Amino acid sequence: MDFNFTEEQTMIRDSLARLIKDQYDFDTRRKVIASSEGWRPKMWAQFAELGLLAAPFSEEDGGLGGGPIDAMVVMEEFGKGLVIEPYLQSVVIGGGFLKRGSDGQKAEHLAPMIAGERVFAFAYAEPKGRYNLADLETTATKDGAGWKISGHKAVVVGAPWASHLIVTARTAGGRRDTKGIGVFIVAKDAKGVTTRDYPTVDGRRASEVHFDNVSVGTDAAIGDAGNGLPLIERVTDEAIAALCAEACGAMKVAQTMTVEYSRTRKQFGTAIGKFQVLQHKMVDMFMEAEQSVSMTYMASLKLDEDDVTRKKAASAAKVRIGQAGRFVGQNAIQIHGGMGMTDELAIGHYFKRLTIIDSEFGNVDHHLKRYTDLSATEVLVAAE
Amino acid sequence: MNLDFTPEETAFRDEVRAFIRDNYPKELSGMGSREDLTREQFLGWHKILGKKGWSAPAWPKKYGGTGWTSTQRYIWSEENARVDALMPLPFGVSMVGPVIYTFGSEEQKAKHLPGILAGDVWWAQGYSEPGAGSDLASLKTTAVRDGDHYVINGQKTWTTLAQHADWGFFLCRTDPSAKSQEGISFILIDMKTPGIEVRPIRLIDGTHEVNETWLTDVRVPVENLVGKENEGWTYAKFLLAHERSGIAGVARSKRGVERLRSIASSETIDGTPLILNGDFSRKISQLEIDLTALEFTELRTLASEAQGKGPGPESSILKIKGTEIQQRLTELTLEAVGNYGAPYARGMDGHGVNDLGVGPEYSNFAADTYFNMRKTSIYGGSNEIQRNIITKMILGL
Repeated sequence: MDFNFTEEQTMIRDSLARLIKDQYDFDTRRKVIASSEGWRPKMWAQFAELGLLAAPFSEEDGGLGGGPIDAMVVMEEFGKGLVIEPYLQSVVIGGGFLKRGSDGQKAEHLAPMIAGERVFAFAYAEPKGRYNLADLETTATKDGAGWKISGHKAVVVGAPWASHLIVTARTAGGRRDTKGIGVFIVAKDAKGVTTRDYPTVDGRRASEVHFDNVSVGTDAAIGDAGNGLPLIERVTDEAIAALCAEACGAMKVAQTMTVEYSRTRKQFGTAIGKFQVLQHKMVDMFMEAEQSVSMTYMASLKLDEDDVTRKKAASAAKVRIGQAGRFVGQNAIQIHGGMGMTDELAIGHYFKRLTIIDSEFGNVDHHLKRYTDLSATEVLVAAE
Repeated sequence: MNLDFTPEETAFRDEVRAFIRDNYPKELSGMGSREDLTREQFLGWHKILGKKGWSAPAWPKKYGGTGWTSTQRYIWSEENARVDALMPLPFGVSMVGPVIYTFGSEEQKAKHLPGILAGDVWWAQGYSEPGAGSDLASLKTTAVRDGDHYVINGQKTWTTLAQHADWGFFLCRTDPSAKSQEGISFILIDMKTPGIEVRPIRLIDGTHEVNETWLTDVRVPVENLVGKENEGWTYAKFLLAHERSGIAGVARSKRGVERLRSIASSETIDGTPLILNGDFSRKISQLEIDLTALEFTELRTLASEAQGKGPGPESSILKIKGTEIQQRLTELTLEAVGNYGAPYARGMDGHGVNDLGVGPEYSNFAADTYFNMRKTSIYGGSNEIQRNIITKMILGL
């Protein structure tokens, strides 16, 4: 058992932290978010230069030989700096699918993704599907040698910045069947793809993406186009672990910022940090943040175990982090008082990011149910 | 980062598992969480471990510890929890032992450590007083020097299992003029000394787990003072830090969740096993998830200790979260048994025997255990005091 970071991981952390400190201060971030582009492609190029985009991939795949722990390190720093660039979407998810694709797909897509030249977004959610990854109305039908894709994908985060989309679609069966699901790579400029772009409440950009008989070749399908759900679940669990790491970074900052604020803010002639009722609340915030770190380690370290173990680990982490994020975020605002409500303070932006993280890839209720159902399956199997 | 055991650690696990299987006394099976056992029952496993040299894994090797790594100690507690083993009580092995080998004289080490290791000598903790609970430093028991003796007067309370005790370690005021935390000394007292009276306190679960201890003109030789006079508070704080390791009770709570699942599989609701009831099963899930968070927080602490960094800030969470989870576990177990939580097994003829035939066996002490476990957020520095400690030591407020 080993909870240490490698030298490479420590180096990634340090250099990324430095970059964020120098070039990603709160005011700069606000300006970028308000700009028409909404992100900084130049910053993305710097991430590529630092090796961040290559870090979690094997050397055969053109990476630096790392894995989920490297992604965790990056995402935690992103969380601390409220970084908006689509690392989760392009590297963790896009790369997560592509590294399990064919050699042709890796050559065509993975290498330019790692170089920062291609950016991916994940078009999986649908207006009526909520968090069920198998609840798909988008269809992919066989069309000669390739496929035709039609449907509406909801809140595709990072799509406005993406060159390519990873799209889940039904290839056979009924709307919520677990079989008959495929995963496809679609260029965003393909004929029949239209998007409606918009900002999200936590400073990012997303799109409603419509596919109208979009033609793709056979080489667009990743893995088994008739049984893609296991792969989707695997990559989504990896995304959850990375997202949890981002939440940890955001929680740590929100918690320490609040403690700092309580040290300087005076009421009734004394620093409010001297009031025991607030102290204990801040201790609870600290404990929530620390336990979130523990859960993120746990989930990240169990990604390669058997399916049930991996799923339970990811869901357990998402439950705990969803609850912790809400607790830390809400109390950070409360202890900042009226100032916490203002747009000019960073704390409110941490609160907003933490709030949205809970709803990404399934909220607390969803994952508590998933965890419970998986446990029940174990009980029933044991009883048989 | 990885969660794998090394081949040596796996071999170690197999070794201790086999040892426990072959040596754990059959008559103690299932008694692991009871408070009303006999002295012989309490000491049964301790004495066997003493002979094997495994009764104090955390001690330095030269004082009789095992020299195990923190991972080995983790494996050891996991393996014992698997069979719900009745572990050595903390008062000797985890509390006074480390104080004696760290601050005591050579004579004290030679006199007391072997008895603690072997499980021959039972120790009691004389800390709390009627007027000194969470505010321990306001204690009033006095020790006045008279020639080569201290004369001790005062009253201690919550003295756990002192009815069995051979020796006690007591905090006494030796300098009444000093500020509250100064002027306290750490003194070892033979419980057979004239002037000591131990009176039972019955608790809400019906057990006699704690006592009042009255000290009237108790004459104790000065060589029973540990370390320096008036520096007892330092030793007491050291002891509290030691007491914390293992206080999370992760392995035991994991076993408790398994037990809860098995109870909930036997109980039915509208003809369906309770374990498949959405409301209840989600409560179990939440508990298990929170326990996982605690487990990995403890593992991080162990890892940082193994590197010689000492427990990081996350270790302070262990007492608070560990006890909250232990309490919720007993709360859910009581919920799970439904109507049969009400019969009072200890109140019936035959007093506490397990074969009363009222309700399923697992329901017999569900309520008592729930009542008893309320103590965990009060003792060892209440959870509110723990939050004060974190406020000061970690948040720096």
